[in-house]
Amino acid sequence: MTLSNFTILLVEDDSNDAVLLQRAFKKAEISTMLQVATDGEEATAYLKGEGKFGDRSQFPFPSLMLLDLKLPRKSGLEVLAWTREQNDEIKNMPVIVLTSSRQTTDIDEAYSLGANSYMAKPEGNFEGLAEMVKSLERARGGE
Amino acid sequence: MNTPTPTILLVEDDANDVLLLQRALRKSNLKSHMQVASDGELATSYLCGEGDFADRATYPLPSLVVLDLKLPRKSGLEVLEWIRQQKRPLNLLPVVILTSSRQARDIDKAYELGANFYHVKPGEFDRLLDIVKSLDTYWFFLNETPHLPK
Repeated sequence: MTLSNFTILLVEDDSNDAVLLQRAFKKAEISTMLQVATDGEEATAYLKGEGKFGDRSQFPFPSLMLLDLKLPRKSGLEVLAWTREQNDEIKNMPVIVLTSSRQTTDIDEAYSLGANSYMAKPEGNFEGLAEMVKSLERARGGE
Repeated sequence: MNTPTPTILLVEDDANDVLLLQRALRKSNLKSHMQVASDGELATSYLCGEGDFADRATYPLPSLVVLDLKLPRKSGLEVLEWIRQQKRPLNLLPVVILTSSRQARDIDKAYELGANFYHVKPGEFDRLLDIVKSLDTYWFFLNETPHLPK
Protein backbone atom coordinates (compact mmCIF):
# COMPACT_ATOMS: atom_id res chain seq x y z
CA MET A 1 0.00 0.00 0.00
CA THR A 2 1.39 3.37 -0.97
CA LEU A 3 1.68 5.75 1.92
CA SER A 4 0.89 9.32 1.07
CA ASN A 5 1.16 12.43 3.18
CA PHE A 6 -2.10 13.65 1.67
CA THR A 7 -4.96 13.26 4.13
CA ILE A 8 -8.54 14.20 3.33
CA LEU A 9 -11.05 15.09 5.99
CA LEU A 10 -14.57 14.16 4.87
CA VAL A 11 -17.24 15.89 6.93
CA GLU A 12 -20.36 13.91 6.23
CA ASP A 13 -23.10 12.50 8.45
CA ASP A 14 -24.60 10.23 5.77
CA SER A 15 -22.71 6.94 5.98
CA ASN A 16 -23.96 5.79 2.56
CA ASP A 17 -22.40 8.78 0.86
CA ALA A 18 -19.20 8.25 2.81
CA VAL A 19 -18.96 4.66 1.58
CA LEU A 20 -19.67 5.62 -2.04
CA LEU A 21 -16.97 8.24 -1.91
CA GLN A 22 -14.44 5.87 -0.37
CA ARG A 23 -15.19 3.35 -3.09
CA ALA A 24 -14.70 5.93 -5.86
CA PHE A 25 -11.38 6.97 -4.38
CA LYS A 26 -10.22 3.38 -4.11
CA LYS A 27 -11.20 2.76 -7.73
CA ALA A 28 -9.28 5.85 -8.86
CA GLU A 29 -6.26 4.46 -7.00
CA ILE A 30 -5.90 7.50 -4.84
CA SER A 31 -3.37 6.62 -2.19
CA THR A 32 -4.65 9.21 0.21
CA MET A 33 -5.92 8.62 3.73
CA LEU A 34 -9.58 9.49 4.24
CA GLN A 35 -10.65 10.59 7.71
CA VAL A 36 -14.34 11.08 8.46
CA ALA A 37 -16.02 13.50 10.86
CA THR A 38 -19.77 13.02 11.21
CA ASP A 39 -20.76 16.44 12.49
CA GLY A 40 -19.57 20.05 12.52
CA GLU A 41 -18.18 19.99 16.05
CA GLU A 42 -16.13 16.87 15.34
CA ALA A 43 -14.76 18.59 12.22
CA THR A 44 -13.51 21.66 14.11
CA ALA A 45 -12.12 19.48 16.91
CA TYR A 46 -10.21 17.44 14.31
CA LEU A 47 -8.74 20.57 12.75
CA LYS A 48 -7.80 22.05 16.11
CA GLY A 49 -6.22 18.77 17.20
CA GLU A 50 -8.44 18.59 20.26
CA GLY A 51 -8.71 15.51 22.44
CA LYS A 52 -7.87 12.31 20.58
CA PHE A 53 -7.21 14.33 17.42
CA GLY A 54 -4.12 15.70 19.11
CA ASP A 55 -2.40 12.51 18.04
CA ARG A 56 -1.36 13.67 14.58
CA SER A 57 0.26 10.36 13.74
CA GLN A 58 -3.21 8.81 13.87
CA PHE A 59 -5.15 11.89 12.77
CA PRO A 60 -2.91 13.84 10.39
CA PHE A 61 -3.76 17.41 9.54
CA PRO A 62 -5.70 17.28 6.26
CA SER A 63 -4.53 18.67 2.91
CA LEU A 64 -8.14 18.92 1.75
CA MET A 65 -11.58 19.00 3.36
CA LEU A 66 -14.78 17.73 1.74
CA LEU A 67 -17.62 19.40 3.55
CA ASP A 68 -21.33 18.67 3.53
CA LEU A 69 -23.56 21.63 4.38
CA LYS A 70 -26.31 19.81 6.24
CA LEU A 71 -24.65 18.60 9.41
CA PRO A 72 -25.69 18.04 13.00
CA ARG A 73 -24.30 20.26 15.76
CA LYS A 74 -22.71 22.88 13.50
CA SER A 75 -23.66 23.48 9.88
CA GLY A 76 -21.21 23.19 7.01
CA LEU A 77 -21.33 26.94 6.38
CA GLU A 78 -20.51 27.58 10.06
CA VAL A 79 -17.58 25.19 9.86
CA LEU A 80 -16.38 26.89 6.68
CA ALA A 81 -16.67 30.38 8.18
CA TRP A 82 -14.83 29.13 11.28
CA THR A 83 -11.88 27.73 9.28
CA ARG A 84 -11.33 31.07 7.55
CA GLU A 85 -10.89 32.78 10.92
CA GLN A 86 -8.21 30.41 12.17
CA ASN A 87 -4.44 30.29 11.85
CA ASP A 88 -2.84 30.04 8.40
CA GLU A 89 -2.66 26.26 8.32
CA ILE A 90 -6.41 25.85 8.81
CA LYS A 91 -7.39 29.03 6.97
CA ASN A 92 -5.56 28.14 3.76
CA MET A 93 -6.64 24.52 3.56
CA PRO A 94 -8.68 23.91 0.40
CA VAL A 95 -12.34 23.07 1.03
CA ILE A 96 -14.69 21.46 -1.44
CA VAL A 97 -18.32 21.83 -0.42
CA LEU A 98 -20.02 18.57 -1.34
CA THR A 99 -23.72 18.75 -0.72
CA SER A 100 -27.18 18.05 -2.08
CA SER A 101 -28.21 21.72 -2.24
CA ARG A 102 -28.16 23.45 -5.62
CA GLN A 103 -29.60 26.67 -4.19
CA THR A 104 -27.97 29.77 -5.67
CA THR A 105 -27.87 31.37 -2.22
CA ASP A 106 -25.98 28.41 -0.73
CA ILE A 107 -23.55 28.34 -3.64
CA ASP A 108 -22.75 32.04 -3.54
CA GLU A 109 -22.59 32.06 0.26
CA ALA A 110 -20.14 29.16 0.26
CA TYR A 111 -17.86 30.93 -2.22
CA SER A 112 -18.10 34.21 -0.26
CA LEU A 113 -17.05 32.33 2.85
CA GLY A 114 -14.04 30.97 1.00
CA ALA A 115 -15.00 27.58 -0.39
CA ASN A 116 -12.57 26.50 -3.11
CA SER A 117 -15.19 24.57 -5.02
CA TYR A 118 -18.83 23.56 -4.71
CA MET A 119 -20.13 20.27 -5.91
CA ALA A 120 -23.73 19.16 -5.80
CA LYS A 121 -23.65 15.49 -4.87
CA PRO A 122 -23.84 13.41 -7.99
CA GLU A 123 -26.28 10.56 -7.97
CA GLY A 124 -23.86 8.08 -6.43
CA ASN A 125 -21.07 8.82 -8.89
CA PHE A 126 -17.98 10.40 -7.39
CA GLU A 127 -15.57 9.53 -10.20
CA GLY A 128 -15.14 13.07 -11.45
CA LEU A 129 -14.38 14.26 -7.93
CA ALA A 130 -11.91 11.41 -7.47
CA GLU A 131 -10.03 12.45 -10.62
CA MET A 132 -9.77 16.03 -9.41
CA VAL A 133 -8.60 14.94 -5.97
CA LYS A 134 -5.95 12.74 -7.58
CA SER A 135 -4.56 15.76 -9.40
CA LEU A 136 -4.46 17.77 -6.18
CA GLU A 137 -2.69 14.93 -4.44
CA ARG A 138 -0.07 14.83 -7.19
CA ALA A 139 0.78 18.46 -6.66
CA ARG A 140 1.55 17.75 -3.01
CA GLY A 141 3.90 14.98 -4.01
CA GLY A 142 1.51 12.16 -3.31
CA GLU A 143 2.64 10.16 -6.30
CA MET B 1 -33.10 28.20 -23.22
CA ASN B 2 -29.55 28.18 -24.57
CA THR B 3 -26.77 28.61 -22.06
CA PRO B 4 -23.81 30.28 -23.73
CA THR B 5 -20.54 28.34 -23.99
CA PRO B 6 -18.33 29.21 -21.04
CA THR B 7 -14.85 30.60 -21.56
CA ILE B 8 -11.59 29.53 -19.96
CA LEU B 9 -8.90 32.19 -19.79
CA LEU B 10 -5.56 30.40 -19.99
CA VAL B 11 -2.70 32.58 -18.78
CA GLU B 12 0.40 30.94 -20.17
CA ASP B 13 3.49 32.36 -21.84
CA ASP B 14 4.83 29.18 -23.44
CA ALA B 15 3.68 29.72 -27.01
CA ASN B 16 4.43 26.15 -27.98
CA ASP B 17 2.28 24.65 -25.23
CA VAL B 18 -0.50 27.07 -26.13
CA LEU B 19 -0.42 26.19 -29.83
CA LEU B 20 -0.39 22.45 -29.17
CA LEU B 21 -3.18 22.75 -26.62
CA GLN B 22 -5.43 24.82 -28.85
CA ARG B 23 -4.96 22.39 -31.71
CA ALA B 24 -5.66 19.37 -29.54
CA LEU B 25 -8.62 20.94 -27.77
CA ARG B 26 -10.30 21.82 -31.07
CA LYS B 27 -10.65 18.09 -31.70
CA SER B 28 -11.98 17.40 -28.22
CA ASN B 29 -15.54 17.60 -27.07
CA LEU B 30 -15.04 20.42 -24.63
CA LYS B 31 -17.77 22.34 -22.88
CA SER B 32 -15.79 25.58 -23.12
CA HIS B 33 -13.95 27.93 -25.44
CA MET B 34 -10.44 28.97 -24.62
CA GLN B 35 -8.90 32.44 -24.68
CA VAL B 36 -5.22 32.94 -24.01
CA ALA B 37 -3.29 35.73 -22.33
CA SER B 38 0.47 35.41 -22.71
CA ASP B 39 1.50 37.56 -19.74
CA GLY B 40 0.16 38.84 -16.46
CA GLU B 41 -0.64 42.37 -17.69
CA LEU B 42 -2.66 41.04 -20.62
CA ALA B 43 -4.53 38.81 -18.19
CA THR B 44 -5.63 41.68 -15.97
CA SER B 45 -6.44 43.85 -19.01
CA TYR B 46 -8.58 41.06 -20.38
CA LEU B 47 -10.46 40.73 -17.10
CA CYS B 48 -10.91 44.52 -16.83
CA GLY B 49 -12.17 44.73 -20.39
CA GLU B 50 -9.48 47.27 -21.28
CA GLY B 51 -8.76 48.34 -24.86
CA ASP B 52 -9.57 45.60 -27.37
CA PHE B 53 -10.90 43.42 -24.57
CA ALA B 54 -13.87 45.75 -24.11
CA ASP B 55 -15.41 43.81 -26.99
CA ARG B 56 -17.05 41.13 -24.84
CA ALA B 57 -18.55 39.41 -27.86
CA THR B 58 -15.03 38.54 -29.02
CA TYR B 59 -13.45 38.41 -25.57
CA PRO B 60 -16.06 37.08 -23.15
CA LEU B 61 -15.55 37.26 -19.45
CA PRO B 62 -14.25 33.82 -18.44
CA SER B 63 -15.88 31.45 -15.97
CA LEU B 64 -12.50 29.97 -15.09
CA VAL B 65 -8.91 31.23 -15.14
CA VAL B 66 -6.09 28.70 -15.57
CA LEU B 67 -2.98 30.46 -14.43
CA ASP B 68 0.72 29.70 -14.73
CA LEU B 69 2.90 31.19 -12.01
CA LYS B 70 5.96 32.11 -14.09
CA LEU B 71 4.79 34.91 -16.35
CA PRO B 72 6.36 37.99 -17.88
CA ARG B 73 5.29 41.49 -16.80
CA LYS B 74 3.17 40.37 -13.83
CA SER B 75 3.57 37.04 -12.06
CA GLY B 76 0.77 34.53 -11.65
CA LEU B 77 0.57 35.22 -7.92
CA GLU B 78 0.23 38.95 -8.62
CA VAL B 79 -2.57 38.27 -11.09
CA LEU B 80 -4.29 36.04 -8.53
CA GLU B 81 -3.94 38.66 -5.82
CA TRP B 82 -5.31 41.31 -8.19
CA ILE B 83 -8.36 39.19 -9.02
CA ARG B 84 -9.19 38.62 -5.36
CA GLN B 85 -8.98 42.37 -4.70
CA GLN B 86 -11.59 43.26 -7.31
CA LYS B 87 -15.24 44.03 -6.60
CA ARG B 88 -17.84 41.28 -6.48
CA PRO B 89 -18.41 39.25 -8.48
CA LEU B 90 -15.01 39.36 -10.28
CA ASN B 91 -13.24 38.57 -7.00
CA LEU B 92 -15.10 35.24 -6.85
CA LEU B 93 -13.87 34.12 -10.28
CA PRO B 94 -12.55 30.54 -9.99
CA VAL B 95 -8.78 30.50 -10.52
CA VAL B 96 -6.72 27.32 -10.74
CA ILE B 97 -2.96 27.32 -10.85
CA LEU B 98 -1.33 25.11 -13.49
CA THR B 99 2.40 25.44 -13.19
CA SER B 100 5.63 23.48 -13.12
CA SER B 101 6.57 24.34 -9.54
CA ARG B 102 6.04 21.69 -6.88
CA GLN B 103 7.50 23.87 -4.16
CA ALA B 104 5.47 23.78 -0.97
CA ARG B 105 5.92 27.52 -0.51
CA ASP B 106 4.39 28.23 -3.96
CA ILE B 107 1.48 25.91 -3.24
CA ASP B 108 0.89 27.40 0.22
CA LYS B 109 1.15 30.96 -1.08
CA ALA B 110 -1.27 30.27 -3.91
CA TYR B 111 -3.91 28.89 -1.53
CA GLU B 112 -3.28 31.75 0.86
CA LEU B 113 -3.92 34.27 -1.94
CA GLY B 114 -7.16 32.48 -2.83
CA ALA B 115 -6.43 30.00 -5.60
CA ASN B 116 -9.22 27.47 -5.90
CA PHE B 117 -6.88 24.61 -6.73
CA TYR B 118 -3.22 24.06 -7.52
CA HIS B 119 -2.16 21.62 -10.22
CA VAL B 120 1.33 20.73 -11.37
CA LYS B 121 2.06 20.76 -15.10
CA PRO B 122 3.21 17.33 -16.18
CA GLY B 123 6.26 16.97 -18.43
CA GLU B 124 4.49 15.12 -21.22
CA PHE B 125 2.10 16.98 -23.49
CA ASP B 126 -0.51 14.20 -23.48
CA ARG B 127 -0.90 14.46 -19.73
CA LEU B 128 -1.11 18.26 -19.96
CA LEU B 129 -3.93 17.84 -22.44
CA ASP B 130 -5.63 15.40 -20.05
CA ILE B 131 -5.45 17.90 -17.21
CA VAL B 132 -7.00 20.67 -19.30
CA LYS B 133 -9.80 18.33 -20.40
CA SER B 134 -10.47 17.22 -16.84
CA LEU B 135 -10.49 20.86 -15.68
CA ASP B 136 -13.13 21.54 -18.33
CA THR B 137 -15.24 18.59 -17.10
CA TYR B 138 -14.81 19.43 -13.45
CA TRP B 139 -15.41 23.19 -13.59
CA PHE B 140 -18.17 23.22 -16.19
CA PHE B 141 -19.98 20.00 -15.51
CA LEU B 142 -19.39 18.98 -11.91
CA ASN B 143 -18.67 22.18 -10.07
CA GLU B 144 -21.35 24.75 -9.29
CA THR B 145 -19.84 28.13 -10.12
CA PRO B 146 -20.67 31.35 -8.33
CA HIS B 147 -23.00 33.62 -10.24
CA LEU B 148 -20.96 35.94 -12.43
CA PRO B 149 -22.24 38.27 -15.14
CA LYS B 150 -21.76 37.04 -18.71
